[in-house]
Amino acid sequence: MMKFISKAYLGIIFSFLYLPILILIIFSFNESKNRAKFTGFSFKWYIELFSNDLIMKSLFNTLLIGFLSAIIATFIGTIAAIGIMQMKKKNKSFLLNLSYIPIINPEIVTGVSLMMLFVFFNKIFGLELGFITVLLSHITFCLPYVVLNVMPKLRQVDPSIYEAAQDLGCNPKQAFYKVVLPDIMPGVFSGFLMTFTLSIDDFVITYFTSGSSFQTLPVTIYSMTRKKVNPQINAISSIIFLVVLIVLIVINLKEEKKQRRLKI
Amino acid sequence: MKSKLLSLPYIFWLIIFILIPTFLVVIFAFIDENYNFTTKWIIESGNYIGILFKSIYFAIISTLICFIIAFPIAFILSRSKKYIQKTLLMLIILPMWMNLLLRTYAWMTLLENNGIINQFLNFIGLGKINIINTPYAIILGMVYNYLPFMILPLYSVMTKIEKSIIEAAQDLGANYFVILCKILLPLSLSGIVAGITMVFVPSVSTFIISRMLGGGGNLLFGDIIEQQFIGSTYNPYMGSAMSLFLMIIILIIMWITNMIDKNKEDRQGMLL
Repeated sequence: MMKFISKAYLGIIFSFLYLPILILIIFSFNESKNRAKFTGFSFKWYIELFSNDLIMKSLFNTLLIGFLSAIIATFIGTIAAIGIMQMKKKNKSFLLNLSYIPIINPEIVTGVSLMMLFVFFNKIFGLELGFITVLLSHITFCLPYVVLNVMPKLRQVDPSIYEAAQDLGCNPKQAFYKVVLPDIMPGVFSGFLMTFTLSIDDFVITYFTSGSSFQTLPVTIYSMTRKKVNPQINAISSIIFLVVLIVLIVINLKEEKKQRRLKI
Repeated sequence: MKSKLLSLPYIFWLIIFILIPTFLVVIFAFIDENYNFTTKWIIESGNYIGILFKSIYFAIISTLICFIIAFPIAFILSRSKKYIQKTLLMLIILPMWMNLLLRTYAWMTLLENNGIINQFLNFIGLGKINIINTPYAIILGMVYNYLPFMILPLYSVMTKIEKSIIEAAQDLGANYFVILCKILLPLSLSGIVAGITMVFVPSVSTFIISRMLGGGGNLLFGDIIEQQFIGSTYNPYMGSAMSLFLMIIILIIMWITNMIDKNKEDRQGMLL
């Protein structure tokens, strides 16, 4: 009895989570703009989507910003984590607490505070809101996640191995590249992936710091939803859903393979 | 490796892009256009105190609903077989990777007066419901968007609760209610606290969900802040005063949850 109830409950909740997305996907193949009646199958909206310059341009911007901010944040964050490890406990916890500000703060507050900073920059350096300001803000909200991903891996590194490498003739640089870096690489990599996904998904902070000339995909989608019905949004949703699904399945399969190998 | 200097770029970055902007918000809340000290923005923000309370009220309701829905799910998940756990977990994470705007847009089309839900209700003879552009639609949107944020931390603490503890309690005659109150709730406290913060903070500060599902008539505090910065009524002073209010609310929430959950080390792991 208990088993049946819990199965039914899971069923209800998962349909609550997925039915809206499923309907969105179904109606992306609808021939007409009608959002409640399926009038006929067509790829019309997908074709329109791919020939929509604004969307393609903002998709490119999103990927560019995501890639650049993830790379820069991963670099600064990783070396920062190495430096923070050497600090005294008091400074260390002060810096880590500071890192939590953008994670804890509501996105809208981070967004408007950065916007005010950039307006200030505009007055002094003449920096306009656009590509640069979006990139700077994305690096800002990504950085703490890199530090917090790399720190636990660094804690696991045995300092005596690093010293042993030096005793055996490595200079500090070599010892770092050959001994420490391979150990913390999983943390660095997951930090990179996490910041990349955070960056391409971000709407609120980009919205406040992008000005009117530079748009990422979420900002474009937002301005599309403000206007009237547009089945192109359904088409975007279906494509994103498919991409995410594939990525998640690949990650899961890889993990399983790794675990199976460990068992042997 | 022996150098603390490596963290210098990060420290500079934190100062320029996190500390200074935060101070800018605090300063702008207390100055007028001629850089003189004033409290008029704080006092004027008082006009919106009703909307602020409304936002807090909506956020509390949706956090509560999320908790009630998520608690059994997390428990069922944590007790099921390993491969089922993995698949279901993936299914919970998957919608989180879709953009919030798209998820909210989905409900926008579903809830419309001529939308699918109403067509369906009409078809089975129940008539129409008017839900789009009402507070109910906003709360539904919050629950839908932030539910995974409640499920995941709860799930990760519940996997640590040993089966034998529950069995021992059952052997000693505890019924379901006693097990829930004396074992499950206390042992998953850190997950509950993390889940509450992760749902409450984005809910209380949202402007997208209220704009898309609430129409123009159900503005929340986030909408009012957004209006001060984007659009014709540009007023960063007023916007800063309001952001300050929002920050204070979040600080109070953090303080309360810290009081409830003394085991901080555990919670930090959960947030990530």
